[in-house]
Amino acid sequence: MTVMPDVQVLSFRDAVREGIRDAMRRDERVFLMGEDVGRYGGGFGVSLGLLEEFGEERVRDTPLSESGFVGAGIGAALGGMRPIVEIMTVNFSLLALDQILNTAATLRHMSGGQFNVPLVIRMTTGAGRQLAAQHSHSLEGFYAHIPGLRVVSPATVEDGFGMLATALEDPDPVVIFEHGSLYNEKGELPQPAAPVDIDFARVRRGGDDLTLITHGGSLRLCLTAADQLAADGISAEVIDLRTLRPLDDQTVMASVARTHRAVVVDEGWRSVGMSAEVAARVAEECFYDLDAPVGRVASVEVPIPYPRHLEQAALPSVERVVAAAERAVGRRG
Amino acid sequence: MGDFRMPSLGADMTEGTLLEWLVHPGDVVHRGDIIAVVDTSKSAIDVEVFEEGRVVELLVQPGTTVPVGAPLARLDGVGVATDEGGRGPQPEATPKPKPKPKPKPEETLTPAPSPVPPAKEAARRAPAAQQHRDGSHIAASPFARRRAQELGVDLSTVVGHGGVISVADVEAAAGSGPSEAPPESVPPAQPPSAPAASDHAAAMRQAIGALMARSKREIPHYYLQTTIDMSAALDWLSGLNAERTVAERVLPAALLLKAVAVSARGMPDMNGFFVDGNFRPQDHVHVGVAVSLRGGGLIAPALHDADLASLDDLMPRMKDLVQRARSGRLRSSEMSDPTLTVTNLGEQGAELVHGVIYPPQVSLVGFGRIVERPIAVQGMLAVRPLLVATLAADHRVSDGHRGGLFLAAIDAALQSPENLQGGTS
Repeated sequence: MTVMPDVQVLSFRDAVREGIRDAMRRDERVFLMGEDVGRYGGGFGVSLGLLEEFGEERVRDTPLSESGFVGAGIGAALGGMRPIVEIMTVNFSLLALDQILNTAATLRHMSGGQFNVPLVIRMTTGAGRQLAAQHSHSLEGFYAHIPGLRVVSPATVEDGFGMLATALEDPDPVVIFEHGSLYNEKGELPQPAAPVDIDFARVRRGGDDLTLITHGGSLRLCLTAADQLAADGISAEVIDLRTLRPLDDQTVMASVARTHRAVVVDEGWRSVGMSAEVAARVAEECFYDLDAPVGRVASVEVPIPYPRHLEQAALPSVERVVAAAERAVGRRG
Repeated sequence: MGDFRMPSLGADMTEGTLLEWLVHPGDVVHRGDIIAVVDTSKSAIDVEVFEEGRVVELLVQPGTTVPVGAPLARLDGVGVATDEGGRGPQPEATPKPKPKPKPKPEETLTPAPSPVPPAKEAARRAPAAQQHRDGSHIAASPFARRRAQELGVDLSTVVGHGGVISVADVEAAAGSGPSEAPPESVPPAQPPSAPAASDHAAAMRQAIGALMARSKREIPHYYLQTTIDMSAALDWLSGLNAERTVAERVLPAALLLKAVAVSARGMPDMNGFFVDGNFRPQDHVHVGVAVSLRGGGLIAPALHDADLASLDDLMPRMKDLVQRARSGRLRSSEMSDPTLTVTNLGEQGAELVHGVIYPPQVSLVGFGRIVERPIAVQGMLAVRPLLVATLAADHRVSDGHRGGLFLAAIDAALQSPENLQGGTS
């Protein structure tokens, strides 16, 4: 008699790969397409081994033409396939923004509901690995701005595996942001691994004194900050937004209505970004529950620098999150 | 000498919470001035005074809930007006024994300008205790302000840390200082807090339920309906709106309100109050506008003298009324004196509504959604925008024949929309 382990420990990279593998095994309409996803195994090694298992028909290397292969993905989706298009980084996705915004996100609307685009686009986001300004930005806010898209930001191994299957079920385009610093992170995947929802935020750590609201690559930062704050007697709740469009206001507001203080942590730039949107909603919906101004920790407004010390200085850090939390609870002026 | 009492802001109101005083002892008040803000189970209402005079003393502290009719302040008046006699009935007023007079802490604050000119209205709507004694702004978090009100703490007596008052400072002040204890003159045994948002929704649902049950129990409703061809009205409106900016356009809803108001003028048995077994027709036509609130619930404040207003006057007033109803800033007179109500389901609604009369009114006109339908016109089949208008009316006051004439008058008014444009005041 064998006992199944309850959890499997694996890296975020492996979890995403297993998610793709699982989807391709279950549905032959699913295929993967993007730069270097085949022979090279993916710019970040996510698709390593998939070409060997599924063949060139279903794991397709594309030319360096984001506009072209995202457009091809839209066409395949319209034709009944379930494409997963990988864009190496969100910076490169701007070349395909016309396809994503003007075509994928609008076709259902402009055809009066006759054509939907069941396309999944995965892209890497975020800094921290000295890849310089053209490979390091966090542009989730650009995409979360667009009606017609669903935008998700997995931060855990479980979501890295499980969000993809649910995204493929969605009749409309879904953009998945994978933070580059997460790929080597190990975590637990409950067994048997299963799809997860892409509708709701999750409380990753309970607390009473303030709410840290974050997503993706900044979740670890916030959990570490919450540990430090706990040592200082400050109980921080940590909310992982998970889905950036549509935002799950209910989970966020229920928490802030209880803790009365909120700090939003997002690696995007501060101006006109995700953190601005979340902070505005908290102010709109929880104003009379707030005991302190809504705080924000975001990236410094510069192109992400290459030198390590400057790059780290530009990004949200545990220290900055702790400082913002202390300001919110009145421990610092 | 007269008392300013907790007003009845609708037939369903039995008690109210004083949220805020906008006057101080010594202030001179004039008829129509907004002098207090009262929280009903429906929303926060700016309460007007109907007397001329000077405020002698404030009898009730903000945060206190008292029954309708209980004295809130004493006025030294010249020619005390007869309450809201002409402005809707005052049922179930159960005045409390007059509390023992005692000066309140806030009376010693900055001497208020007297009287406050209308232009200061926006400023006066801010929550209580916005200022220190020296007139400087009190920096307190929204949550701290809410708690201060719940606990009866005067924010001007609270010391904040880092220059800002947080809820911890308020609670510390409430737990210690004798100055924060509720004064003796506050009527006892009433919850001192304004209801929280969720309680508010539940209380509102309860209030609506109680009122509608009373309506269905007491009022022998009869219902009529008629289908109105809206071609003339819509054509005329689109001609009117074609030359206007979006902000200046007149919506069909305003035209419908005006048509009802003008028609009600000639129908005394549709426009008035049924109180204590007697019908009291009203000279003015104050049309209650049913507004659904975003968090759920319903409120039907009045557009005063809607029959006399021009469309260009009515349209912005309607928008303003709806907006204020939703933000919870209505005036007492708007709450208490609609003489009949219009419910308009609008573009998203159903095609037909059989309304429930809002006591003590005796009629309610309902409009469904305007829909294009085939219809026989002069022996030919035509497609026209049609509107089903319904009337729920009180059989104790009128019969179906009169109701039919009322609906026919509304129909006729809408066939000559140009006659509805102007005002007559």
